[in-house]
Amino acid sequence: MSNHLTRALNSTVLKKDQRPAWMPPTSPLVVALKAVSLVIILLLVLFPFLVVVSTSLADKDEVIDAGGWVVWPGDLSFEAYSTILAGGVVTRATLISIGVTVIGTAISLVVTIGMAYALARPRLYAGKPIVILVLLTFLFSPGMIPTYLVVQAFGLIDSLAALIVPVTVNAFNLIVLRAFFQGIPDELYESARLDGAGDLRILRQIVLPLSKAAIAVVGLFYAVSYWNSFFGAILYLNDSSKWPLQVVLRQYVLEASPIAGSISSAEAMVSSPNSIQMAVLVLALIPILCVYPFVQRHFTKGVLTGAVKG
Amino acid sequence: MSLTGQRTRAGGPAQTADHTQPGRRTRPPRPARRADRRKRFRRDRLLLVLLAPGVAYLLAFQYLPLAGNVIAFQDFVPFLGIEESAWVGLENFRRLFSDPAIWQAVWNTIQISVLQLVFYFPAPIALAIFLHSVQFSWVRTFVQSVVYLPHFISWVIVVALFQQMLGATGLLNNWLGDAGLSTVDIIGNPDAFKPLVVAQVIWKDCGWATIIFLAALHRVDDQLYEASAIDGAGWWGRLWHVTLPSMRPIIVLLFILKLGDILSVGFEQIFLQRSAVGPEAAEVIDTFVYYAGVVGGDWGYAAAVGLLKGVVAAVLVFAANRVAHRLGEDGLYR
Repeated sequence: MSNHLTRALNSTVLKKDQRPAWMPPTSPLVVALKAVSLVIILLLVLFPFLVVVSTSLADKDEVIDAGGWVVWPGDLSFEAYSTILAGGVVTRATLISIGVTVIGTAISLVVTIGMAYALARPRLYAGKPIVILVLLTFLFSPGMIPTYLVVQAFGLIDSLAALIVPVTVNAFNLIVLRAFFQGIPDELYESARLDGAGDLRILRQIVLPLSKAAIAVVGLFYAVSYWNSFFGAILYLNDSSKWPLQVVLRQYVLEASPIAGSISSAEAMVSSPNSIQMAVLVLALIPILCVYPFVQRHFTKGVLTGAVKG
Repeated sequence: MSLTGQRTRAGGPAQTADHTQPGRRTRPPRPARRADRRKRFRRDRLLLVLLAPGVAYLLAFQYLPLAGNVIAFQDFVPFLGIEESAWVGLENFRRLFSDPAIWQAVWNTIQISVLQLVFYFPAPIALAIFLHSVQFSWVRTFVQSVVYLPHFISWVIVVALFQQMLGATGLLNNWLGDAGLSTVDIIGNPDAFKPLVVAQVIWKDCGWATIIFLAALHRVDDQLYEASAIDGAGWWGRLWHVTLPSMRPIIVLLFILKLGDILSVGFEQIFLQRSAVGPEAAEVIDTFVYYAGVVGGDWGYAAAVGLLKGVVAAVLVFAANRVAHRLGEDGLYR
């Protein structure tokens, strides 16, 4: 019976994933155990997201009836979302986060690509010492207090630029891109040069189009770190009107302290506080969940080029 | 190879550039080298312009702060600045050794780090071996993309999710209450704090960390498995004699990196939950530095703690690397 089962499985589903000849057939018990473990792993990761999204979409009575949490909403209600997006603190914080993420990612990508491209050329003037300068930053971090003083000295305290400038280049991302650029065959540079193309033109017309996957991955890493940035805002921004979404989220969901002017009591009556909190959470999750599927298939390549060369 | 390989600018046909030639075997005499360097500088002008913003960033925000560590030897007053503040020699460090609060923070940090080494470090290795053993590649790909996801979620959200699931009024306690069972006290319980922190790290990063181990597993030559199977090795035998040895270099490398990080346990993660359980259980070195310096205004002292931490971390990396070399591994660098 078990042999029949395995053979049937092999002939139908396993076409491409044929087990090697030396491997004894896996017993159905082991297959079942593996399947159960996989389902548990998936649930551990996905279930919290499901509950959060469901609760944010459930209507007030349902949330209260269920004791605060809804696993699968009966009637969908978007009241929580219209409440937080009505123009209060959460709306402003969302706009700030979007701005910081877009501008920051653009600046970081431009600076990192330029640097990686230059450092990828062999025998670059002063290339070696600069690469060492980059690699050394892996070994030590400059320390919170001195960094704070430098940011202060540049006059960036209470400026949104403090969320971008001190973290413009990530050494890991730089190494990933450099390794990728180095992997482009020299013949391409050669022939372009023979055709009279300068460095900028080669970068624009040859290197960038060939490196879309790597740039997408590095861009995602940057965008995620800007979108998630929390510590920088806590350190450098005293003015609460400049807080990005993550800080507001912490105030509102973790500390459960309503922010002045965020949600009027009349509005809060419409939906349950849990729904509103969960809606803020979902708002902070949406951009990541939207971009993630398109970039994630390039991860392995991106991370490994960096790891091998670094 | 010729030194005349400079590029012509603005259109004209260029000769083969130096860039692509392998390094010279013999070094020409000094004046020639200097001329070569000047030539390279001229040739690489544009590239150096591309490089400039990044280098400026590195110097300003990675290396300038290093110099800023001198305030560890000062009674630093922001108003006076580095030039005017009083120099106090090793006073800050002397204070550090007689301050029970910092030792509580060090102890908490080490406890959390050791728990992470024991429970978090092997988790992705095990998960990678498990995922690798799944024969359907589409299942593997799907599970991989799901378990990578939490890595991209901010700590604020991760902590919030844990609070919603396990908190006093969270989902789990809701269910337990409905089922007539006694509720569990996890969030806000100082005794449960350290295991909770490790569980959060595992939830967030275990999946992502498998990426590098899975790649190592992919590179293992199938013939090794085949040969060991023919020699009679069972599942355990293959794991012990083929799988793990082939992952050893990367495991050693990551272990060294982790040792260098032993004194830093995620500032954001701890900071977000510190108020819930109090500093007694939750103060770590990084949060101590933050509260002493940025909040408390004790800048010189906080910088001294941070500097000492940095030095210890660097020493640990060097030492671990040395040990790795002894064991015949490449380690982090040679």
